[in-house]
Amino acid sequence: MTNQPLLEVRDLQTVFELDEGTVRAVDGVSFNVYPGRVLGIVGESGCGKSVTIKSVLRLIEEPGRIANGAIRFRSKILGNSSAEMVDLVQLPAKSAQLRALRGNEIALIPQEPMAAFSPVHTIGNQLMEVIQLHQPVSDGEAKKIAVNRLKEVGVPNPESAIDRYSWELSGGLRQRAMIGMALTCDPLLLIADEPTTAIDVTTQAQVLSLLRKLQQEHQTSIIFITHDLGVIAQLADDVVVMYLGKVMESGPVDQIFHNPQHPYTRALLRSIPTVYTKNRSRLPTISGSIPHPFQKRTGCPFVARCQEALPEQRCANQAPALKAINEHQSVSCFLHGEEVNVS
Amino acid sequence: MSAEPTQSTLTNNALISPERLLDVKELKKYFPIRKGVFKSVVGQVRSVDGVTFHLNQGETLGLVGESGCGKTTTSRCLLRAINPTSGEIRYRQADGQLVDVTQLASDQLRPVRREMQMIFQDPFASLNPRMNLLDLVGEPLLVNGVANRKERSDRVADLLRLVGLRPEYMRRFPHAFSGGQRQRIVIARALALNPRLVVADEPVSALDVSVQAQVLNLLLDLQEQLKLTYLFVAHDLSVVRHISDRVAVMYVGRIVEMSPTDELFLAPKHPYTAALLSAVPVADPRIRSKMQPLEGDVPSPSNPPNGCHFHPRCPFATELCRQQAPDLEEVQPNHFVACHRQAELKLSGVSEPT
Amino acid sequence: MTSQTTLSSEVSEKIKDEAFDVAPNWKLVWWRFKKHRLALVSAFVLFGIILIALFPDFFSIQDPNKSSARESFMPPQGISFFHDGSFQVHVKPLKGKRNKTTLKMEWGVDEKRILPLHFFTSGYEYEVFGLFKTDLHLFGIEKPSARNSFHLLGTDRLGRDQWSRLMHGTRVSLSIGLVAVGLSIFLGILLGGISGYYGGWPDLVIQRLIEILQSLPPIPIWMALTAALPRDWTVEQTYFAITLILSLLGWTTLGREVRGRFLSLREEDFVMAAKLSGCSQSRIIFRHMLPTFTSHIIATSTLAIPVMIINETFLSFLGLGLRPPAISWGVLLQEAQNLQSIALAPWLLLPGLAVIFTVLALNILGDGLRDAADPYS
Ligand SMILES: Nc1ncnc2c1ncn2[C@@H]1O[C@H](COP(=O)(O)OP(=O)(O)OP(=O)(O)O)[C@@H](O)[C@H]1O
Ligand SMILES: Nc1ncnc2c1ncn2[C@@H]1O[C@H](COP(=O)(O)OP(=O)(O)OP(=O)(O)O)[C@@H](O)[C@H]1O
Ligand code: SF4
Ligand code: SF4
Ligand SMILES: [Mg+2]
Ligand SMILES: [Mg+2]
Repeated sequence: MTNQPLLEVRDLQTVFELDEGTVRAVDGVSFNVYPGRVLGIVGESGCGKSVTIKSVLRLIEEPGRIANGAIRFRSKILGNSSAEMVDLVQLPAKSAQLRALRGNEIALIPQEPMAAFSPVHTIGNQLMEVIQLHQPVSDGEAKKIAVNRLKEVGVPNPESAIDRYSWELSGGLRQRAMIGMALTCDPLLLIADEPTTAIDVTTQAQVLSLLRKLQQEHQTSIIFITHDLGVIAQLADDVVVMYLGKVMESGPVDQIFHNPQHPYTRALLRSIPTVYTKNRSRLPTISGSIPHPFQKRTGCPFVARCQEALPEQRCANQAPALKAINEHQSVSCFLHGEEVNVS
Repeated sequence: MSAEPTQSTLTNNALISPERLLDVKELKKYFPIRKGVFKSVVGQVRSVDGVTFHLNQGETLGLVGESGCGKTTTSRCLLRAINPTSGEIRYRQADGQLVDVTQLASDQLRPVRREMQMIFQDPFASLNPRMNLLDLVGEPLLVNGVANRKERSDRVADLLRLVGLRPEYMRRFPHAFSGGQRQRIVIARALALNPRLVVADEPVSALDVSVQAQVLNLLLDLQEQLKLTYLFVAHDLSVVRHISDRVAVMYVGRIVEMSPTDELFLAPKHPYTAALLSAVPVADPRIRSKMQPLEGDVPSPSNPPNGCHFHPRCPFATELCRQQAPDLEEVQPNHFVACHRQAELKLSGVSEPT
Repeated sequence: MTSQTTLSSEVSEKIKDEAFDVAPNWKLVWWRFKKHRLALVSAFVLFGIILIALFPDFFSIQDPNKSSARESFMPPQGISFFHDGSFQVHVKPLKGKRNKTTLKMEWGVDEKRILPLHFFTSGYEYEVFGLFKTDLHLFGIEKPSARNSFHLLGTDRLGRDQWSRLMHGTRVSLSIGLVAVGLSIFLGILLGGISGYYGGWPDLVIQRLIEILQSLPPIPIWMALTAALPRDWTVEQTYFAITLILSLLGWTTLGREVRGRFLSLREEDFVMAAKLSGCSQSRIIFRHMLPTFTSHIIATSTLAIPVMIINETFLSFLGLGLRPPAISWGVLLQEAQNLQSIALAPWLLLPGLAVIFTVLALNILGDGLRDAADPYS
């Protein structure tokens, strides 16, 4: 990748200190987001996807904290020149800079749009409020922009939809309105946390094709989080595969699906049923289950379930680091011993 | 069997071929919508609105559809977990006798229910957290007359082994298990009374992707070993393709298409089935751009559209579709479709795997 | 076979049952409750208070009803631990002198003498639950007399020992709280359960009843009802009547809660599963539904006891609840009703502190229980 990343996350560690013990929800995660590309983060429930993006947005609250790492963002409003990157970890929490960043340059589409909209204000009011926060326009003009936004995201009858409350809309429409709101200020980076998990396949298809269309029109960078490999395959340009708070493998989507290098990625791809599988065939499985987050871990997080684990307890005693195995792809596994330094 | 079937529960054996385990006709379940202080009925949710299908012995019928289309309601009606509004559910008991489940009084229902069991979607919610495995898996035995404690714990140990759990876990409580393990416990419990029919309501939807396959394989194994018949409810088409012999597709309380699995996936005959198939995100980045999403939303079952429920979203809808609801007809052997235009439409399904 | 392969993977896990894995519900609740320090302390305090309520005579110094005109309005006597440099638990006797102009007794400490305090000593004779007689007391002085008297919390107008009266008042007030809450629980679970489990018209009737009861202004209703009690009733009769009135009016909140629980539990998968596997209705209710919220009931009732205690205190204070010769915290506080006695003998307000302590402890304990009640949340 020749152009420079918009966001660089390096060795991010986020922990939750609870009575029962310390949960290392994100344990050394690194990835890049490039301008105009979609990064998909995929992983099973509890692997730390949401905590990762909450860390990027600096929304981690007590008892959690970012213990280590850097989150460098090429901000237009905070940086002095376009070459300079701002480390978000260094900014004080609740600072005006962070707020400006979150409102203008990084936008979030949460998993449950119901919770993101206020139930006592109409969709239109909330959209207009966001618009007027960023642009000095009159009420009438803000309303016009809001209607246009809703039209752009495919809400039928935007003129009447604008006067409705979020709970009056169906799940799909609510999610569209949410996307419209997130795009109001033309963010550089859009973060979507499982935006389609709670909705049906046909509605999901609508939302995905809308996101794809908008992404191509605006050239926004997107971090898209999901546990659905199908969604990732359809939408992402680059993929990060997470397991137990760590990055197992990352690379371009075609490599991940057609040339996976990490045993977990390989096993996962083998074990998911697809609409192509011959019916009543037996799927290869990954044995065991995901360890409990409180469990103390040494070594490779996948070792208890890995069929390719190396002999002599090597994988159990030592944790493999994320290594670049070629120009695009990185893997954290001892099977890929040859060291190439990550940029 | 203890209960003597009454005249009304006895139906003519000759009309139904012997391999049919279950025959559901025009099943309806309407929930009243109540409003106001005096809870007067102001409308009805037609959750299940005339569903007809059958289950053959030893097969798996997949029931798919989007959220709220009535899958759970249908499956619960089969076991009389809720009472259907109308319709027939004829079930062939182990002794070959046919009974209409909808007509059974509660004491007659007991022996029939022993033969039908249910697996729920959420393994966290369907196990009483205050009981250990012995009590949980042993409960159906206990309340159905296996009073001897030793006998019961032996049987529970067998059941746990059968679903791939260690019998040593018997004293543990559900909170000590992961989602996949809990679903195994639920399965063990469902198998305690040697059922013939297992109704599984989204048994893998709540599980982690990496353990879904384990549970699916287990269900397939158990079916072969114990000659079980499954009604497998799911919203995930990939899972359904994987496990079912035949598939029924539901839309707003009705079945729109039912056929052998491969036929349905490769050559769907109902526009909704085709749309559903094309909406499934394929886990292959090289097969993109095919997504042509269906417009609009699923209508509410409390106020469904006239005629064909699918007409507001159907690209092929005609005036007839708006006026008159199509019947579910057998258009090819074993292929049932409810669409006025099925004969003329050329729909494409998923392409064969390469 | 898959079951084989999965089995072998299970083998690699450790088989030893961890304490957590086999812990039944009450244990999980206890583990969580233990972390709540303040609630734990409250539990100990309450344990002490309950001991007092069980054996008030043992903790008393003197017969609570024994009056002595010569000892009226004596102030509290502090306990000292050292005398002449050596360890000796004792009190200083009081010396009364009548003020020549006001003709009132004025009490001063007699610094010359000491009265050694004895523990597990003998005093007046009393019966324990009507079973046996004893004269054992936790503490006291030897041969109390008018000249050598010991009143830890002073005396009232009639010269009765306030400490001893407080001990006896604890029994009455606490037991009214407990019994009234017990009755409320019974009514709440019964009516709330019927309402929530069966629904239909019983639900409608009970709901309306609860609404009516909750819309009544409580204070005037209590006052009217208790004022209607015949004046010539015995102490025991009034006691039971008051308890009954308190619980008849107090069960509604719990009833509502139980109903809500039943309603939501009816829809739970595990209840449905129990029903489908052939469990009888009583098994579903008593084995599956009730246990899921017993801890909540305990927490709620713990929080309801202080309300009952305050209600009783309040009614008796107004002279509408228990009346002398019964002793309750409310009756004791009645003594401190007029300004004159507060000015003259402020220690008569001390029973109020007992009420505050008990109510606080119960509330903290209730909160702790409530937090710990649902280990699966
Ligand atoms: N506020 C919190 N307090 C304590 N632990 C937390 C908190 N938030 C997250 N965690 C823990 O961090 C881990 C990662 O959680 P996270 O929400 O990031 O998972 P996820 O990958 O988003 O999963 P899902 O697909 O279920 O949304 C989990 O083990 C979770 O228990
Ligand atoms: N007890 C009830 N009272 C009123 N309406 C109900 C009741 N149970 C279900 N419904 C309605 O019936 C319709 C069908 O519900 P059902 O649960 O059968 O759908 P489903 O296909 O299982 O959906 P999902 O995929 O979300 O589980 C829904 O619109 C639902 O709101
Ligand atoms: S490091 Fe070892 S255990 Fe981990 S994935 Fe690689 S081979 Fe498997
Ligand atoms: S009946 Fe008409 S509206 Fe319904 S699916 Fe067929 S063509 Fe479409
Ligand atoms: Mg998440
Ligand atoms: Mg359902």
